[in-house]
Amino acid sequence: MQQVRGRDVGAVANHQPPTTSSYTWLLALPVLLLLVWSVVYPNASVIAGSFGEGLRYWREFVSSPTDREALRTTIVIAVGSVIAATAVGVPLAFLLTRFEFRGRRVLSVVATLPAALPPLVGVVAFLFLYGESGVVTRGVQSLFRMDHAPWTLNGAGAIIFVHAYTMYVYVFLFVSAGLERLDQSLDEAAAGLGASRARRLRRVTLPLLTPALAGSMLLVFMSALGSFSAPYIFGGGLRVLSTQIIASKLNGAMGLAYVETTVLAVGAVAALLLLRWFERRRTYAVSSKGTIARAPLHSPFARTLAPVLGVALVVVLILPHAMVVLVSFARDGTWTTQVLPPDYTLDNFRRLATDSDLWVPIRNSVSMTAIATVLDVVVCFVAAYLIVLRRFRGKWLLGLLVALPWAIPGTAIAIGLASTFDRNSLAGAQLLLVGTFWILPLAYFVRGVPLVSSATEGSLRQMDPSLEDAARGLGASWWLTIRRVVLPAARPGLVAGAMLAAITAVGEFVASIVLFTHANRPISVEILSQLRDFAFGTAAAYSVLLIVLVLAITLLARWAEGRWSRTETVVIQ
Amino acid sequence: MDAVLGFAHPEQLAVSDGRLILDRLTRRFDGTRAAVDAVSLRIAAGELVALVGASGSGKTTTLRMVAGYEHPDDGRVILDGRDITALPPQRRDFGMVFQHYALFPHLTVGENVAFGLEARGIPKRDRRARAAGALASVGLAGAAPRRVQSLSGGEQQRVALARALIIEPPVLLLDEPLSNLDPTLRRSTREDLRATLRRLGVTALFVTHDQEDAFAVADRVALLKGGKLLQVGTSEQLYDQPATRDVAEFIGRATLVPGELTGGRVTVRIGDVARALSAVPAPGTADGRVMAVLRPDGLALADAATPNVWPGVVTDRRFAGALLAYRVRVSDDIEFELHSAERGVRDGDRVFVAVTRQPVAVVS
Repeated sequence: MQQVRGRDVGAVANHQPPTTSSYTWLLALPVLLLLVWSVVYPNASVIAGSFGEGLRYWREFVSSPTDREALRTTIVIAVGSVIAATAVGVPLAFLLTRFEFRGRRVLSVVATLPAALPPLVGVVAFLFLYGESGVVTRGVQSLFRMDHAPWTLNGAGAIIFVHAYTMYVYVFLFVSAGLERLDQSLDEAAAGLGASRARRLRRVTLPLLTPALAGSMLLVFMSALGSFSAPYIFGGGLRVLSTQIIASKLNGAMGLAYVETTVLAVGAVAALLLLRWFERRRTYAVSSKGTIARAPLHSPFARTLAPVLGVALVVVLILPHAMVVLVSFARDGTWTTQVLPPDYTLDNFRRLATDSDLWVPIRNSVSMTAIATVLDVVVCFVAAYLIVLRRFRGKWLLGLLVALPWAIPGTAIAIGLASTFDRNSLAGAQLLLVGTFWILPLAYFVRGVPLVSSATEGSLRQMDPSLEDAARGLGASWWLTIRRVVLPAARPGLVAGAMLAAITAVGEFVASIVLFTHANRPISVEILSQLRDFAFGTAAAYSVLLIVLVLAITLLARWAEGRWSRTETVVIQ
Repeated sequence: MDAVLGFAHPEQLAVSDGRLILDRLTRRFDGTRAAVDAVSLRIAAGELVALVGASGSGKTTTLRMVAGYEHPDDGRVILDGRDITALPPQRRDFGMVFQHYALFPHLTVGENVAFGLEARGIPKRDRRARAAGALASVGLAGAAPRRVQSLSGGEQQRVALARALIIEPPVLLLDEPLSNLDPTLRRSTREDLRATLRRLGVTALFVTHDQEDAFAVADRVALLKGGKLLQVGTSEQLYDQPATRDVAEFIGRATLVPGELTGGRVTVRIGDVARALSAVPAPGTADGRVMAVLRPDGLALADAATPNVWPGVVTDRRFAGALLAYRVRVSDDIEFELHSAERGVRDGDRVFVAVTRQPVAVVS
């Protein structure tokens, strides 16, 4: 069996996408308009709003001590999160890609688990574990017979702690992928030239990993900058920009909220632009064929330490999930000062299914997620097709538009939507969506756009562009070519992107908390209100349900991928 | 030059002369130097023509203009007397075999082959039967249900060929159809390719950077350099009567030596020995200073007794199967390459070189 060799550079350079045709514009225009309307317009109106009274709001922002403190704390937390996530992610990536030891496979599966936890659920789990009345805290307290909790889970340290847990996954995944793509023969060549292990790491491996490392660090920075759940739940008296925005909005200081939103969004967008610059520079050495060789651990010390450390790590990583499951069986109101909840029941789940008031958030989350994801798939397929396979003026704008919502923090997106779609106005191209069901699906759609479009672009870029030429040369109409050639090529990315978008939407909290109404309240908002009523069991049951939904979405995506992608089943004759 | 290309008056192309006519096709990328510069070519029904050139010579761009994927900045494409320059590719009915075959990875072999029929709205039952027939004609009977990925490189090439042929194209276009195959497979595949195209009476234009592929498959070869067509002719014509110095250097191996052309004979002087050889001057070559094209198979090792031989020193000796390839330095700046069955000669030996085949080609 012989593989078709990869396209050589000349062939790629030779391929010029066809020039603008009338239907390119027919497709591009509605997509561009929709994105300008739902992404640019709200954010532009936030920026415009910040200058609503000239520079007054900006002066207010600059002279307000609380805002200055919020800005400083936001930066401190973002930088701290980058350092913490890198400190965890990089060694773990090296350990799992470079060395072989017992339990490596289990650890490498578990290592990505934090990413499967919706942000709010992660925070809730940490509260149950390490909060003042958390299991671990109480456990340590009773073990050492202390009068007070040994620590309190609030302040910048606590937020960075949670961020390290949820965000190290970015660093881990980026660096692992970088290490796997690294051409082993480069390292071997350096060794053959007499370079020591340390020199090879410093002069060969790390320089080649720089783009992956820098990219993932920027990603953590962006996420930490806009992070809302952790500061909101256990920031204590700590002020960060994302929570400050909500506070200003609640106080009716919309002008100040706009300034804070603008500052936050500009910071994140700057990080995104830097990230894209790094990605363009990312020129990985193409890996040679075959799998990478993992060295077995030789020294007896390392051989005993690695599994022990591995098991400890697995426990730490699984603990939040396990804790949420445990508490979901706790009877509401019974867990007060004990280390573990004293009384267990199935009631919490029973009530979710039977109490119509508790069922509404579940129905809301699922239906709003479905609506947003379908819209994401349609719009992003067209956008990715245009970006990858067509040539037209304004293509760069489309590329920027679909990437933008990735950088703009959820809070900023929500504030933008809230301030734009609060009235019906034909002249202003505004619709009254605030206070209706539709504002949340719109928010989820916007947040899903970058996920679906980047995955789909990735799939289409892997497609041999001459496939489209071949179909047309055989007489296929434009529509037949799309249906039979382009769509199948885009499908893996569409499915993966839709999966990510749906996972994000089903647990979405940040934009929801700003935009929800009683009628469309999603699961995440309901978790928060149950926590406020000290109904920990119910809150945890909802959290478990979210984890199950995430799992179900993942399985659905896998099933869809397996059903459609017949390409993966290679028959060897 | 037009005489060389077979075009006395390009403006007066007789429609009956060719099935496919490329009329001064020109393509400029980003307004710079023309990537394809006024290329004119005429292909008769049933003829196999190869477009040969180094990478960047404009051959693929030319083919893409014929297929309709590129729009020429100037010039026309004429098929059976009809100007098709403005038609989109899907309305030209050319089958095309792509360099990397461009087989649809998510479709089976049979579905790939039937795709052109699907595009023409032919019912599934007929499609299946005709696809099976097309596969059989390329020696892949029964391969229809297989996955594209399960095929070898040579099989993939034949599937691509069947897919292109099934729509019964007036002219089949092939872009480097052999370049993805390893050398052994390549030799047998190109023989199969020629046999299949001959048997089906297909008119074909194919692009290759490899002159051996062109010689093996094509009836006529068109040589491109820097976007310009240098010469069109049979393989023998290009080898024996190169129209320009570029053609002489690109096609086959040759030693170019300066000479003096007078009245159909070229006088080559190396050292003290001058030889007058009968010459085939390239069209437009005036009497005076020229270059004589001496091919390795037109030279031989000789002994000192032979008149009119050049003395030299063997600088390299290379085994090439039936013959040995020798390099012989005969002056400070001339080194002949010649083929000989003589095996006893070693590096550094003093030998004599004779011209054994006349007339020799002469270019300006």
